[in-house]
Amino acid sequence: MAKAKSNTEDYLRMYRQMVRIRTFEDNANQLYLSAKMPGLTHMYSGEEAVAVGICEALTDDDRITSTHRGHGHCVAKGAEFKQMFCELLGKAEGYCRGKGGSMHIADQSHGNLGANAIVGGSMGIATGSALRAKLQGADDVTVCFFGDGATAQGLMYEVMNMAALWHLPVIYACENNGYSEYTKTEEIAAGSITARAEAFGIEAHQVDGQDVLAVNDLTRKLVARARKGEGPFFMELMTYRYHGHHVGDINREYYRSKDEEKDWRDNRDPIIRFRAHLVSEGIATEEDLDAMNAEVERDAAEAVAYALDAAYPDASEVDMHVFAA
Amino acid sequence: MREITLSQAVNEAIAEEMRRDPTVFLMGEDVAEAGTPFKVLSGLVEEFGTERVIDTPISEPGFVGLAVGAAMTGARPIVDLMFGDFIYLVMDQLCNQAAKQHYMSGGKLTVPMVLRTNMGATRRSAAQHSQSLQALVAHIPGLKVAMPSSAYEAKGLMKTAIRDNNPVVIFEDKLMYQDKAPVPEEEYLIPFGVANIKREGSDITLIGTSSMVQVAEKAAEILALEGISAEVIDPRTIVPLDEATLLASVKKTSRAIVIDEGHQSYGVTAEIASRLNEKAFYHLDAPVLRMGAMDVPVPFSPALEDLTVPTPEQVAANARRLCAGELIHAA
Repeated sequence: MAKAKSNTEDYLRMYRQMVRIRTFEDNANQLYLSAKMPGLTHMYSGEEAVAVGICEALTDDDRITSTHRGHGHCVAKGAEFKQMFCELLGKAEGYCRGKGGSMHIADQSHGNLGANAIVGGSMGIATGSALRAKLQGADDVTVCFFGDGATAQGLMYEVMNMAALWHLPVIYACENNGYSEYTKTEEIAAGSITARAEAFGIEAHQVDGQDVLAVNDLTRKLVARARKGEGPFFMELMTYRYHGHHVGDINREYYRSKDEEKDWRDNRDPIIRFRAHLVSEGIATEEDLDAMNAEVERDAAEAVAYALDAAYPDASEVDMHVFAA
Repeated sequence: MREITLSQAVNEAIAEEMRRDPTVFLMGEDVAEAGTPFKVLSGLVEEFGTERVIDTPISEPGFVGLAVGAAMTGARPIVDLMFGDFIYLVMDQLCNQAAKQHYMSGGKLTVPMVLRTNMGATRRSAAQHSQSLQALVAHIPGLKVAMPSSAYEAKGLMKTAIRDNNPVVIFEDKLMYQDKAPVPEEEYLIPFGVANIKREGSDITLIGTSSMVQVAEKAAEILALEGISAEVIDPRTIVPLDEATLLASVKKTSRAIVIDEGHQSYGVTAEIASRLNEKAFYHLDAPVLRMGAMDVPVPFSPALEDLTVPTPEQVAANARRLCAGELIHAA
């Protein structure tokens, strides 16, 4: 584990946020498997240290753009379970009144500009948010989350070029989970991913995405520098998704082995690793952490029950919000 | 009243709104020192500086994407897309991102941006710099589409577009940039969704967009000499569409031709004609006729290009036949 200067409260919040993401996803998966959730969803499980390490370095004024695999970012940026589960189930009390669903959750109150179902589709939005900050003299920073698959999109190179030319306060956070949907990343990505950012003169870092403190430490430094006008920056976070591309991608041995999945789960799990660190450093006891896990599970169960009972939007809402007043 | 060109009218509208609202900024290819290839934006960078008049790389999806993000977080960008034909390059940012944010977020996010671009053939610019693609964007819920038909319209509609809280696409006819019209010195706005009855008539309604308003007016003059009274209407915006004014006119005249410079098939003319058929059928004495550009890529040769766009003579000829009770089978 990398060493970051932080206090006990910060560490416990990071742990709790990672557990909240894992618990949210476990419940979402159960909703899918029990046919209670419309459509499909993409699980963030395994990548928790990335979202939490980054978002814990941000304030509510800082913005993020998220991806189709976006529940982790949403939770880490401060969203509540109830409104999230309501959104996943298409209920009126969801963050988007049920109109967005899993792939479009946005939570403006915490600076989450929304998940995006087009791979790489939010890179312009994130960079534009940073352009707005610069033009208006605001000191907020925008983090653009995207996966390794999105590095194949031309948009990324267009916006990185402009971000570098204009020194925009944006951090490109590439979550490299090894798979571009159902294809190994090495089969779709030539050369080095960080070198692509470096070609634009953007400072790029590769970091262990399973180590929440390493992610957080690096992000804090980059955010502070971006606020001073030293951006943009690029981070490649080496991580792993435990589930398939989406919840329905269950038989996936044709593209990756169960042994590989087991190895990441058993030996590189971000929550298990951080938990061991908290205990060995005397920051928390096993009992403290078990109690925290149990509390999060209760919260999630309550939120799921609430969302299942919640009302669908009235039919009159179907053509509402096409245009803003 | 003074007369200014359509180009000057657009320039004035943008300058006035940039003075009025510090969150308005302009970006696109060669918008600053060059003032665009059509010189529409000349002088703006001198007044507002390179911070607010931003030259971008030739990266249409990239800078339209930036505009979406800036708009979502509190700015009011105007993006300049040098040719309307480049809309194909920015379809994801425009149609998947800008158009849908407000709806997908249940009304929480807004995208107050203007994408100004152009349309219009007969400039000898061939197939990739001559298209009129308003139907493509008008098809997408969440986008407003304005089509100014004169300098006066261009100024008033641009100012309204900049203040609108939605993504607005404005198509300027690039052949009309030097056309002059009376434009008052004092400020005015033209509301969206309010059609303009350019000429009153009783025998047939000619509905034209953008440059086709002039074509319809010229056709009306020809018809008047023959004793046929044509009403000419400019919808000004095709989204939102002032259906009520169009229907009232057609119910009065009982005949209509819809003229637009986009390709005829699956186009703006088809949509408007269909609405008139659905909602004014029992008032009609003739089928509503569509007149769009020919369904061919725009050819380069002047001998061919001029054949692809509706002319006043063609409109007059069709109107004459409709008023005589002839059936016209459009290609």
